[in-house]
Amino acid sequence: MTHSGSSLPDLPNSTSTSGPMSEIRSPPPDRVLEIVLENVLHFLTCRRDRNAASLVCRSWYRAEALTRSDLFIGNCYAVSPHRATSRFRRVKSLTVKGKPRFADFDLLPLNWGANFSPWGSALADSYPWLEKLHLKRMSLTDDDLDLIARSFPSFKELVLVCCEGFGIAGIASIAANCRLLRVLDLVESVVEVADEDEEVMDWISCFPEGETHLESLMFECVDCPVNFEALEGLVARSPFLKKLRLNRFVSIPQLYRLMHRAPQLTHIGTGSFCASDDVAVGDQEPDYASAFAACKSLVCLSGFRDILPDYLPAIYPACANLTSLNLSYADVNADQLKPVILQCHKLQTLWVLDSICDEGLQAVAATCKDLRELRVFPVNTREEVEGPVSEVGLEVISQGCRKLQSILFFCQRMTNAAVIAMSKNCPDLVVFRLCIIGRYRPDPETQEPMDDGFGAIVMNCKKLTRLAVSGLLTDQAFRYIGMYGKLVRTLSVAFAGDSDQGLKYVLEGCPNLQKLEIRDSPFGDAALRSGLHHFYNMRFLWMSSCKLTRQACQEIARTLPHLALEVIDSQEDKADDHIEILYMYRSLDRPRNDAPKCVTILQ
Amino acid sequence: MMDESGRMGRRRSHHKFSEERELELRLGPPGEEKEEEEDCWSHHHNENKRERNSHESDQSPLSLGYFSAQRIYNFQPKASSFLQNMSMVGKESKDAISSQPCRSEVMEFHNGAVCAEKKALSSPSSANTAASNNSSQKRSAAGPVVGWPPIRSFRKNNASGSTSNSKPPLGSHHHNQHKHHHHHLNLNVEDKVANTTNKEHVNNISGSPNKGMFVKINMDGIPIGRKVDINAYDSYDKLSSVVDHLFRDLLSVQKQKQEEEEKTMILDGSGEYTLIYEDNDGDKMLVGDVPWHMFASTVKRLRVLKKSDLAALSLGGKQGHINH
Repeated sequence: MTHSGSSLPDLPNSTSTSGPMSEIRSPPPDRVLEIVLENVLHFLTCRRDRNAASLVCRSWYRAEALTRSDLFIGNCYAVSPHRATSRFRRVKSLTVKGKPRFADFDLLPLNWGANFSPWGSALADSYPWLEKLHLKRMSLTDDDLDLIARSFPSFKELVLVCCEGFGIAGIASIAANCRLLRVLDLVESVVEVADEDEEVMDWISCFPEGETHLESLMFECVDCPVNFEALEGLVARSPFLKKLRLNRFVSIPQLYRLMHRAPQLTHIGTGSFCASDDVAVGDQEPDYASAFAACKSLVCLSGFRDILPDYLPAIYPACANLTSLNLSYADVNADQLKPVILQCHKLQTLWVLDSICDEGLQAVAATCKDLRELRVFPVNTREEVEGPVSEVGLEVISQGCRKLQSILFFCQRMTNAAVIAMSKNCPDLVVFRLCIIGRYRPDPETQEPMDDGFGAIVMNCKKLTRLAVSGLLTDQAFRYIGMYGKLVRTLSVAFAGDSDQGLKYVLEGCPNLQKLEIRDSPFGDAALRSGLHHFYNMRFLWMSSCKLTRQACQEIARTLPHLALEVIDSQEDKADDHIEILYMYRSLDRPRNDAPKCVTILQ
Repeated sequence: MMDESGRMGRRRSHHKFSEERELELRLGPPGEEKEEEEDCWSHHHNENKRERNSHESDQSPLSLGYFSAQRIYNFQPKASSFLQNMSMVGKESKDAISSQPCRSEVMEFHNGAVCAEKKALSSPSSANTAASNNSSQKRSAAGPVVGWPPIRSFRKNNASGSTSNSKPPLGSHHHNQHKHHHHHLNLNVEDKVANTTNKEHVNNISGSPNKGMFVKINMDGIPIGRKVDINAYDSYDKLSSVVDHLFRDLLSVQKQKQEEEEKTMILDGSGEYTLIYEDNDGDKMLVGDVPWHMFASTVKRLRVLKKSDLAALSLGGKQGHINH
């Protein structure tokens, strides 16, 4: 028996039949069970658990749909906004992800899609009580932001990661209209700012007067000057502010002032970390270290966008408590890093540039025994033979940081031995991403392919869910992955493999594979077909510059009707049938109608 | 003074762009390409083996054996990789295809050092033969590859823009060793065949030729812009092909109306669009008028616009002079 609409779970005795107070009756028996279920399901927060619960039977499906308040959409094109809002009626928090990751590296056309607008209108209609919106790799305009700002009176949190298409005007609207705003995090997004000769809108001044509810304000990626006086005033009247990430237009003396205004800060993005232009040499500068000493709760430091390494010692007072340090914009060498890192005993997350060299990694390994996540980015992205970090650094880290769970390591040279060592020393690895910048590079010591190294990783790291491979790799590497990578969910492949067999190994061997991104590898139609049994379990498959033909894609589109196969090509009427890019994903709804001309969606 | 503008005809005779030379040789059906490669390799193999030192055998043999190599003569920019550059070059030397005779000249004239670098790649070492047992497996490692390494451009920009504390620029390192390195720093290729003043100039650009220099590029009417790393290229052709690639979907929309199938390069004069830039004085100039390294050291931002809109702007430098 169906019950009407949504019952309010915290009032189990209120039913759709309203009567005088004296006539309160117990709900019918089957309804009781549902009400109990709804109350219980409230405690279920993990979406995978909820997905499982929703499959038990129809009443569980309904109860779960009514009680899910956090909705996660991993691919904005997997379901239409209407379908999502029809099923889940009381969503307070929504996460939507758009473009595939390779879009970050310019492999996807500019206007490919992932437009927020259709979601915006659906949300405004269906969820007026919306509180949180978290978007990743979506394209949203100033108008979209304005809609968000005006449609949700209870709106509290906006997090935009790797988004683009909007500018200062949109941000200003959020600031001005969302009176209950707690979180405004703009992370690694491309924000359209005015040209240098045009006037920059002062969005900081758009926050209303009086005490704010702000807990987190991150605007590192908003690449234009801010009104510092307004910013300082905002920080001063935000007693709950814990996280503040500044852009590079905030100088170190300005940072100093802000930190003294907000000593309760736990996460700080330091801005430029150098003096402003109008500070002459010899000027009396404040004791910057005092600011870091004043912020006794500081656990996370990032920024250092234009760092003058002379100022680095200012952070010493904070080092002992730091759990997260991001120096990935700071071109510092080993000697400059060491005095800092040797104090960071509690560090769990470290992002650095390879300018610290193997020697710097040695210092990290010696001190940061609790390190869980390490990312080493390259200063120089050319395909050189020499580089400042190498297998030496990787091995040293593996010996010193036994609790390592996640690593992203860019280098110019790497040996199988070092990778094998890491696989044995760091059994807790969940994420292993190694990028040897020189393509097709074998082990420089043995001249062998890097198959054995990656093989050891999948074999020994039993918790591994994410893997990115590089260097010279044969099909054997993929054989290892298929054999041992049973928990792997995300796999990134570039310039690797010999033949279709490589991809077949993976598609046939990895039952948990959800996201597969491949570029410039010799995998063709036969390999693609070997995954037919698994494609509905995947969020997406990306293959660019491989050996796929349009015909094979068409076949697959016909065989699996709920798969959208997007063929992206800049050429028309080519001599052969080969395609440049295949982006394939499961979808419950009709193919999207917002694709540019260069995208063909096969059915 | 070497002419480093985008002028196609004159550039042909300068051999600055050796990779493009290599590609000319490969224009044609796939089968032909392989034969040519093998000839080249055998021709140069022995001398190269002597030159290479044991640390550099880390590149696979050079080849354009991927299926996409077959499309070089389609002159379309691709979503992928290095071949995009090659394809655009192929396009521009459409005229040169028929001039078969110059092929051998090129091989001789071009003192072979850069060829040597490439051929060094091709010498099959024991490691590589394990990986690739037919010529279609051999890959080229020349030129900057779109989207590789997988780092977002804003990260490159910031890392490169800071004052350098890292090792001395690898450029100087390479000047001494370019004969042995099969690197793809086109700047050094250029240096090798150019005169010494050019070499010094390259090193003087923004302190280090290996640092990225990202400038914003916008297209009229499109709110979303991009950034390109000027230091990654050594010629207007390469820049143009990258621009084509970045805006290809938008350009292709316009293309629907045109008869030709080929996408035209922005700088070749025949397309509907052109590229202008703003220099450090704020002047707007047509791209291609000045030698490349002069352009590279003064450019601050780029703009793609319709030729028909050019008249509305007041350009500095040579007015309205488009390269052929």
